[in-house]
Amino acid sequence: MIGILGLQGDVIEHVAAFNRLGVKTKIVKHPPDLDGIKGLVLPGGESTTITKLLVSSGLTQPVDNKIRKGLPTWGTCAGVILLSSGGVLENVDIEVKRNAYGSQLDSFVANARIAKINKDITMVFIRAPKILSVGHGVDVLAELNGDVVAAQSKNILLTTFHPELTEDTSIMEYFMNLVNSAELAQDRTYTYTPGGIV
Amino acid sequence: MENKDKERVILNRGLAQMLKGGVIMDVTSAKEAEIAEKAGAVAVMALERVPADIRKEGGVARMSDPQIIKEIKNAVSIPVMAKVRIGHVVEAQVLEALGIDYIDESEVLTPADEENHINKHLFRIPFVCGCRNLGEALRRIAEGASMIRTKGEAGTGNVVEAVRHMRKVNSQIARLTSMAEEEVYAYAKEIGASVELLFEVKKLGRLPVVNFAAGGIATPADAAFMMQLGADGVFVGSGIFKSENPPARAKAIVEATTHYNDAGIIAKVSEGLGEPMKGLDVATMKDEERLAVRGW
Repeated sequence: MIGILGLQGDVIEHVAAFNRLGVKTKIVKHPPDLDGIKGLVLPGGESTTITKLLVSSGLTQPVDNKIRKGLPTWGTCAGVILLSSGGVLENVDIEVKRNAYGSQLDSFVANARIAKINKDITMVFIRAPKILSVGHGVDVLAELNGDVVAAQSKNILLTTFHPELTEDTSIMEYFMNLVNSAELAQDRTYTYTPGGIV
Repeated sequence: MENKDKERVILNRGLAQMLKGGVIMDVTSAKEAEIAEKAGAVAVMALERVPADIRKEGGVARMSDPQIIKEIKNAVSIPVMAKVRIGHVVEAQVLEALGIDYIDESEVLTPADEENHINKHLFRIPFVCGCRNLGEALRRIAEGASMIRTKGEAGTGNVVEAVRHMRKVNSQIARLTSMAEEEVYAYAKEIGASVELLFEVKKLGRLPVVNFAAGGIATPADAAFMMQLGADGVFVGSGIFKSENPPARAKAIVEATTHYNDAGIIAKVSEGLGEPMKGLDVATMKDEERLAVRGW
């Protein structure tokens, strides 16, 4: 079960994309909604609005705790801003500039290769943020014209574009791999006995 | 359709998708825009006068002074929308040149063309248009609108027309989805919509673009009601800055729009907001006073 933060933005588009893969989802609006989720998606939307609603819903601290404990989390566009340095869920050492390409007239579609997925991905940028710099422990997954457009920091995946607006589910599959390996790692810690078979 | 055009459709409909679950607020100055952004608005509509004042003052209502729009654009980081008169191609060209994010081809302003709406395919900037029913929504989408809203009855603080329009669209979509295929052609003729778009709606079970509620929303409960009726988000025009305490009311409407199914939260945020805008009874209104009948 993947939780999709459902305070504002293109929530249903993320739900639909995961459902296409046969993955169940749950919309998160209140702290108890976080129970039982194996991954969390922070969708596209207006980061200023989502930030305020996270705070008023009492979700900031519980979400932050879950992410710090290793919950696989994927931020799309506005989600990247929330997770960046200075964001409300400051969990990744990256500097981000909001709405960095200009107005809606500067929104665009482009293709770029993601080496780890070994594929060209169609990327939809809508009033997108720019990742200006990445700190220690952050892997760059994709660049476009010298700008980082996808990155990963341990359990956190970041895309400044919108995979949920295309038919291609590669990014969701990549995220599900993170979710599955996190679950496997957790199972191991439970079953580990010194001298036993890990 | 060329590839570039297809991309533009994804981008322009996509921006509306990013606004879902949010509140778009009418503002008439940089100061009001800042209040709206601070309250959690997903976008602002830059205007010289809110609909309630347009209604009161009368005369021809036109596109706002570009200087006001620029000041508002500079004051906030959220998307900025602005209105043009129905059919006024050059007002739309001017707004596109200003580099705002969305154009509202709006019945709130005095129509510039009584037969034709703007051919929105000729623009790169996205448009939102009002509707009272499915036929009207699909005519606007056929002309290139990337987002739809109910017309409601702007500047009245009375939600009744927005409710009527949202219910009408929903019931027509429900009817369409249960219709036999051969009936769709006659239905296209009946409601004046393209057959192709009707089949798309039939397949999707909803409009192919985002549909917001607008026109008369004045309270957190109004906003939540429209969300429960299936709106993707809400526009609030005069309802905020014509009320006693705009910052508090704006914030409360944002909360109620997100938590539209949670009466406990709506009750809590509705407390002590001061006087809402003074409303108008739409039932006693003369036809020529109604804005929703503008356009076709």
